[in-house]
Amino acid sequence: MNAMSQQAILEIMNLQKEFPLRQWNPFGGKQAVHALERASLALYPGRVTALVGESGSGKSTIARLLARLYDPTGGEIRFHGKPLGKANAATLTTYRRSVQMVFQDPFASLNPVHNVRYHLSRPLRIYGFAKNAEEETEQILALLRRVSLTPAEQFIEKYPHQLSGGQRQRVAIARALAVRPEVILADEPVSMLDVSIRLDILNLLAQLKEEERIAILFITHDLASARYFADETLVLYAGQMVEGGPSEQVIQQAKHPYTQLLLSATPAPERMRLKGQRRTPLEARGEVPSLIQPPTGCRFHTRCPHAMPVCKERFPERTEFGHGHWTSCFLYGAQKHDTTPMGRSRSLSNEIASKE
Amino acid sequence: MDALLEVKSLSVDYEAMDGAVHAVKSVDLTLHRGEVLGLAGESGCGKSTLAFAIARLLRPPAMITSGQVIYYPDPEKETPPALLDRLDANNGIDIMKLSMAQLRSFRWKELAVVFQSAMNALNPVLSIGDQIIDVLHTHWPGKGKDYYHKRAVELLDLVGIAADRLRSYPHELSGGMRQRVAIAIALALRPELIIMDEPTTALDVVVQREILDLIAGLCREFNTALIFITHDLSLLLELSDRIAIMYAGNIVEQATSEQLYRQPRHPYSYGLLNAFPTLHGPRLQMIGIPGSPPDLRAMPTGCAFHPRCPMAFEACRGVVPPLEPSGPTEQLVACHLYNPRFLNQPPSTAQIARSYSELAERKRRR
Repeated sequence: MNAMSQQAILEIMNLQKEFPLRQWNPFGGKQAVHALERASLALYPGRVTALVGESGSGKSTIARLLARLYDPTGGEIRFHGKPLGKANAATLTTYRRSVQMVFQDPFASLNPVHNVRYHLSRPLRIYGFAKNAEEETEQILALLRRVSLTPAEQFIEKYPHQLSGGQRQRVAIARALAVRPEVILADEPVSMLDVSIRLDILNLLAQLKEEERIAILFITHDLASARYFADETLVLYAGQMVEGGPSEQVIQQAKHPYTQLLLSATPAPERMRLKGQRRTPLEARGEVPSLIQPPTGCRFHTRCPHAMPVCKERFPERTEFGHGHWTSCFLYGAQKHDTTPMGRSRSLSNEIASKE
Repeated sequence: MDALLEVKSLSVDYEAMDGAVHAVKSVDLTLHRGEVLGLAGESGCGKSTLAFAIARLLRPPAMITSGQVIYYPDPEKETPPALLDRLDANNGIDIMKLSMAQLRSFRWKELAVVFQSAMNALNPVLSIGDQIIDVLHTHWPGKGKDYYHKRAVELLDLVGIAADRLRSYPHELSGGMRQRVAIAIALALRPELIIMDEPTTALDVVVQREILDLIAGLCREFNTALIFITHDLSLLLELSDRIAIMYAGNIVEQATSEQLYRQPRHPYSYGLLNAFPTLHGPRLQMIGIPGSPPDLRAMPTGCAFHPRCPMAFEACRGVVPPLEPSGPTEQLVACHLYNPRFLNQPPSTAQIARSYSELAERKRRR
């Protein structure tokens, strides 16, 4: 917990993003995709924060907002405690250097007509880390060794098509490392890779986090890899943050019905099918709703097995469980809600207690 | 349980400028009626090639160079008349010998395929109702419009889609629903065998779980055999009865999912099983399989896995291990560690685990 006492490198407060839709009817009301609502998180040096959710939950939107590929429609991004909204051009340049992204698809994120040397020399040159060609080569070789692409002398002249998926992702990570960033935003860095390669890449990122005290935002849809890799896990649903806290606690003692749904849907070999025995069916079905006219209140209420009238009205406040574990759900805490079916919520908490 | 499909020393090559790539090398496999067989391995190990070879769906430059795939039609069901003259003495049909016309009546009626992305498998300019009815109309001609419509509604109901979606076009459906439609079309003629090539990789976990439950339920209900291809072993362990692990064109281990989970024999199977983090149990530093799959054009001699194997010894570099039973169970494994000629005592799972961590330790020190 001593990490908490450190200052966050990057912080977002109540961040909001709407994508306006094209207007066909000049008299119609303005429409927008409400991709993200009141999202808050903080990244600390040497810590991995995981964002977990289904597609359309807004996890990539957060990464792109942080990389300043999008401008937020509301809320604030703070870099070393200073709001970014009023920052001058010089601060923004530093920011762009300090916050680097690793994309999901290494087949698309590297340019097929350029070799590894070109990919890694561009950032070095643009930010003036290498003064001449000799220094440049030296630094590129060092970068390749850092991501365990050895022998580095062989890899430096290779083109993306000559590399495997895992090697390409290593080049992408090396490219992010080239400018000595403080934060790496990893948007599903392993989901396109083979199962046997995934661990290697995760272990590499974990090593960088340990050795260089880089803060990592790890975006994934897989709760198991979040548990393995991340110190802190945040669960997103349809643009709303529903639960967060230390990974182990969020996964072993999941409080929000959506986190519980995700957990029950994740394949787990321990629940191997025994002959003739049927699995218990999922509690909730369906998919993330359209975000053009999202459900009011808690957006999960349309799928939630424990939905109450109050869930439609407003989004619940956070309930704390200690050690930084919190959830936004009316089932917990002493929030005022008149029509709660009390027996039901009590049985749920018993259910959870028995699982623990 | 009687056999439904027997693959006998099937080999597939891809013709290339610099010689042939042996994608599938003399694979033997038996599938029983109503059985769910999982085919697992990394990309490029030949699992999709093997499945498509069974359905004769491969196109040049892929070539089936040798082998037989014998299919035993259900004696209680009517065999398509076009196939009758292909029946051999054991009531089997060699799929490899079928003519194009015979294949047309064989495919979909006896063997259906669900492809990886339903997005590409469905025709974007036809409504899903038309696409289902098209299959029914081609194979069961002359039954009348109402009959087809009724059956199409029935099929959609089976996969949990409302009947009013018949007029929808693929772009109006979500990814999960499109995959359900693809499954409905595969089920249309009640085939004996369905091949599914990574049907859930593009889907979210919750939708994936729904589709898997649906598949498992339907296979039990209709006693349909299933070949399920994926690289996600955690999913296979839950779904399938038996699992075959492929590496560089060979099956290296074949066992029931229970056996494979409790005691993986081949070091590669052990590595794959321990390559994904789990939700429960201790949080350990995990070790992946070092290195990457071999280039199929420049294969290592002997066992293809030996350059990555933590337990490789002399014989592994020279001799290709055959797929043989290990111990009293029907767990088949292709590994010299289980050959009494080389080793008196086969290694335990703990020993394989130790060798992996020793290898990682050595790598770290270097």
